[in-house]
This record gives sequence, C-alpha cells and structure tokens, in this order.
Amino acid sequence: MELKDLYRDVILDHNRRPRNFGPLAGASTDVEGFNPLCGDRLTLHLRFAGDRVEDVRFEGQGCAISTASASLMTESIKGKTRAEALALFERVHALLTDDSATADDALGKLAALSGVREFPARVKCASLCWHTLATALRSPAPAAIPAVSTE
Amino acid sequence: MSETAHAARPAAARAFDLQAVRREFPVLARSVHGHPLAYLDNGASSQAPRAVIDAVDEYARRHHANVHRGVHTLSEEATELYEGARDLVVRWLNAASRSEIVFTRGATEAVNLVAQSYARPLLRPGDEILITHLEHHANIVPWQMVCAQTGAKLVVAPIDARGEVDPEAVEALMGPRTRLLACAHVSNALGTVLPVERLIASARARGLATLIDGAQAVPHMRIDVRALGCDFYVFSGHKTFAPTGIGALYAREAVLERMPPWQGGGDMIRTVSFENTTYNTLPYRFEAGTPNIAGAVGLGAAIEFLDSLDLGAAHAHERALLDRAHAALAPIPGLRLIGTARRKLGLVSFVVDGVHPHDIGTVLDQDGIAIRTGHHCAMPVMEYFRVPATARASFAFYNTFEEIDRLAASVERARRLFSGEGG
Repeated sequence: MELKDLYRDVILDHNRRPRNFGPLAGASTDVEGFNPLCGDRLTLHLRFAGDRVEDVRFEGQGCAISTASASLMTESIKGKTRAEALALFERVHALLTDDSATADDALGKLAALSGVREFPARVKCASLCWHTLATALRSPAPAAIPAVSTE
Repeated sequence: MSETAHAARPAAARAFDLQAVRREFPVLARSVHGHPLAYLDNGASSQAPRAVIDAVDEYARRHHANVHRGVHTLSEEATELYEGARDLVVRWLNAASRSEIVFTRGATEAVNLVAQSYARPLLRPGDEILITHLEHHANIVPWQMVCAQTGAKLVVAPIDARGEVDPEAVEALMGPRTRLLACAHVSNALGTVLPVERLIASARARGLATLIDGAQAVPHMRIDVRALGCDFYVFSGHKTFAPTGIGALYAREAVLERMPPWQGGGDMIRTVSFENTTYNTLPYRFEAGTPNIAGAVGLGAAIEFLDSLDLGAAHAHERALLDRAHAALAPIPGLRLIGTARRKLGLVSFVVDGVHPHDIGTVLDQDGIAIRTGHHCAMPVMEYFRVPATARASFAFYNTFEEIDRLAASVERARRLFSGEGG
C-alpha cells in the first residue's frame, strides 16, 4: 500500500483545481454534509431539469480526498437522471467499502477513488459528498432536507 | 544526531540517557509502514513502559481478586496493590492523605464527578461557572450539563492570538455570582501553560472553588496540589504512561467531605437497608462498584517508573524537543503554528496552506510518524483560530531529535505533494 495509491494524480489535480466549485445560480436543492470527526463541511447545490441533474456545484472545506471526491462527483453526475445518479452512488459506495468491488470503464475517472478503501480512516472523507448527494436525490421536498452527517 | 545539535542541548539534557529510557518502552522498537515508529501523539495517549506492562500482567497472573471485600489472601493482596497505587498518587501530587484521591476512569469522569456532586447541589439559577476559551470538551460539556440542570450560566474567559490566557481578563469575569473556576493547566490543543498559580490565588481570595484539568500537565511537570492550593485537580493515567480507563481526582478533604455521593453501589456504602443507607468514608464514598484495579496497579507502576528517572533532566529534554520542533518547522513555506504562547509545553499544533491536516496525517503515517489531526476535542479553539482542524505533534521524554527532524521532513514532503511541486 503506497501513498500514490491514495493520492493518485487525478485526486491531486482535482484537489488543487476543484471543478464545479462555488455557488450555483438557480439551484433547486442545497444540502449540507458534515463530518464531525474531521470538521469537513460541504454544501452541494443542484439544479434539476425534470428528472435530470442539469447542473451541480459544491462549496466547503475539506481534505484532498473529500475535495477531489466531490469535484469528480459533480463532473460525473451532470446530465444524469436521479435513478442513474443513485446507481452511481451505489457503485462508488461499494468501491469505497467493499474489497471485492472493482472499477470498470463505466466509472471513468471515479476509479481513482479505489485506493481509498486501503486507508480505512479516510473512507468517510471520500464518501461524505456521495452521502450528501444521495440524500438530495432521495428527498422529495428539497426545502426540508436536514444536514447530512457521516457520524 | 549531529554534533551541532548535541552542543545546542541544555546541560541537564546531556545527563539524560535517552536510549536507555527508550529501551524501557517496547512499542518504540516497532516499525510502521517500513519505518521506525516515531510516536508523536503522546497528547492523545502515551505509551507504557515495561514496568507498567509487567505490573498489570503480574497482577492478572497472581493477585487478581475483588478489593475491600474478601478475607482471603488474593483479595488482601489486590487491596494492598490498589491502595498502594493510591498512596503513590497521594505522594506524586503531594495530596495530604488517601482521603483526597478518588480513582476515576480518567480526567473526564473526574470533571463530571465534580460537576454533579460538588457543583450541582451548590448552584442556583443565575450563578456562574467560569472557564476559558481553550478548554478541552471534557472541561466544557460537564459544566454545560450542570448549568442546564440548575439554571446556572457558563462564562468563558478569552484567549489571545498567541493562545494565552490573560489572568486579568479572567479576574475581571470573577463576579459576585461566580461559584467555580475550571481551567486547564496546559492546553491540549495549543500547548499553552496557564497561569494557574495566580488564577487559583485570585479565585480563593474571592471565595471561588477551583478545578484544574491537569491531563496535559501531569506528564510534563511536577505537580504539587497543596502548593497550588486548588480544590480539585484531575488527570488521566493513559496520558502519563499508565493504561487507559484509570485516572484520579484530587479533592481537598474539607471539600470532598461535604459532597454527596455521586454514583451509588457497592463499596461506597457502610450499611444498606431498604429504609436507610449510610455511606462509606473518603475516598470510597466516591468509588461505587468494583474499580479498575489493574488500571490502578498500572498507574502506580507508572509513577514508580517516573520516580526512577531523573525527571528534571527528562523535562529539560522535552523542552529541548519543543525548541527543536519550532526551529525545524519554521522554514516550511506556508506553515503556521497554532498556539505560540510564551509558556508552552509538550506539543506543536500547526496548519499548512493548501494542505488539510488529515492529508498531513496520512502522509506522515506512511513515513511511520504518528500525530493527531483534527479538532483535538477543542472545537472553540479551532473556531477562534478560524481553522477546521490542525496537525498536532505532541512529545514525551522518550522522543528523539531525529524524530522531530523526520516530522519536519515529512511535513515538507506533504506540502510538496499537494502543492504540485512533487512528493
């Protein structure tokens, strides 16, 4: 287990230059995620067009894993339907926690997260944004979404 | 170690046989991820010397039985070991007698005991408990709970940009309704040594009770509770080379005598009937149930081990480690120390621009270096310095200058990795 398995170039790049970072005009859903153990906080902004994620951006502060995971997530779910995005959440969740899960081409850049499960203390860092996303996708009433916590 | 570094060490540290001391701590010989372990997380929990490990082992192999109960040999031996450990704590803190030392699970439980058994019956709505901004959650939350129960108010004395507590600012908050001052002796997040001598004297002059959280002080300095003059002093065994789950409350006998029991159960009673129960004498009135006998035995062994060292030299070595850490970390671009008090002990807390403390922690771990990252159970301190978390390296006398240099090199490696300069 090498440091480079965790901090792959894609992760380092998305940490230094997070994509889709900042507020989102006309967001229909804003959900907060919080990891009380490390103090990571992020807010996910989503705008839907019908059932599709038309645009998504995030804000907050966190470690390299948490920032890169959120950045990669926003890239990968844009344009997807709720069901497709939830399916992706399930895939990534398995990748982070299940040793038998493998990354295939469908995951694209998200495969870079597969090294995280070798660092159990850091799994929550990578999964915070995804749990936040799942909450947003499953919630029928955007206005009443409580903050998501990984604890 | 280089000659220059050696020459820079204070005279007292030279007499300290560091390698011999290190050999007493078995865990220091192990490696982590292919590197020799550099254990710099002593503020969270320190490692145990062979003497402690052996004492606990010997207790389990030969002497275990319940205490204060049996007439059989093992129970008498266990009782003797348990009370012998208490006597060692009495002497270690310079308490007046056995009656003044209550064994607890640790500093946290000791604070809760004082909050519930001393403060709760005393407090009236509008009364105040005074703490400082740099307290560990264990010296905040028990007071918030008792405030909620009684209608009392928690008053917080400020810290400044160095992480120091100005005693005048604390004294200015000691008002007619203040009942108790509770503060750390040494800050776990910043390393600040608080001016507790003056604060205790000021509080006493105004008739306030005082509780000092010594969890981070006891491992690094000689404590004399009677010279301090506080009413309560608490510490944890596992931060001072003993096992987890054991700690102690020192309480002045005159104060403890007036306090009602905290938890009910066996050992804390004299007689029990369904109509009336009479309570045991001090300190047993505050030790309901079978105590952590093995832990107490381990704590006693830790104190004996510390007594066998030249502690003056050990503490001088710790100060030299801290100086070395400040010097070694200073050149790292974008590194900011959190906590720059003029009186500081045992640890460096820091952040690095563009690198989250958790990533620093992971990089260091891969280099075999154990540090703590996070809010250190002191969220108000993090909020004051406007950081979500810090990286904290905390020392014990068994640490080496080489480990400090490895710390600095590894932090620089982390900085380069995340800044894109290459790891």
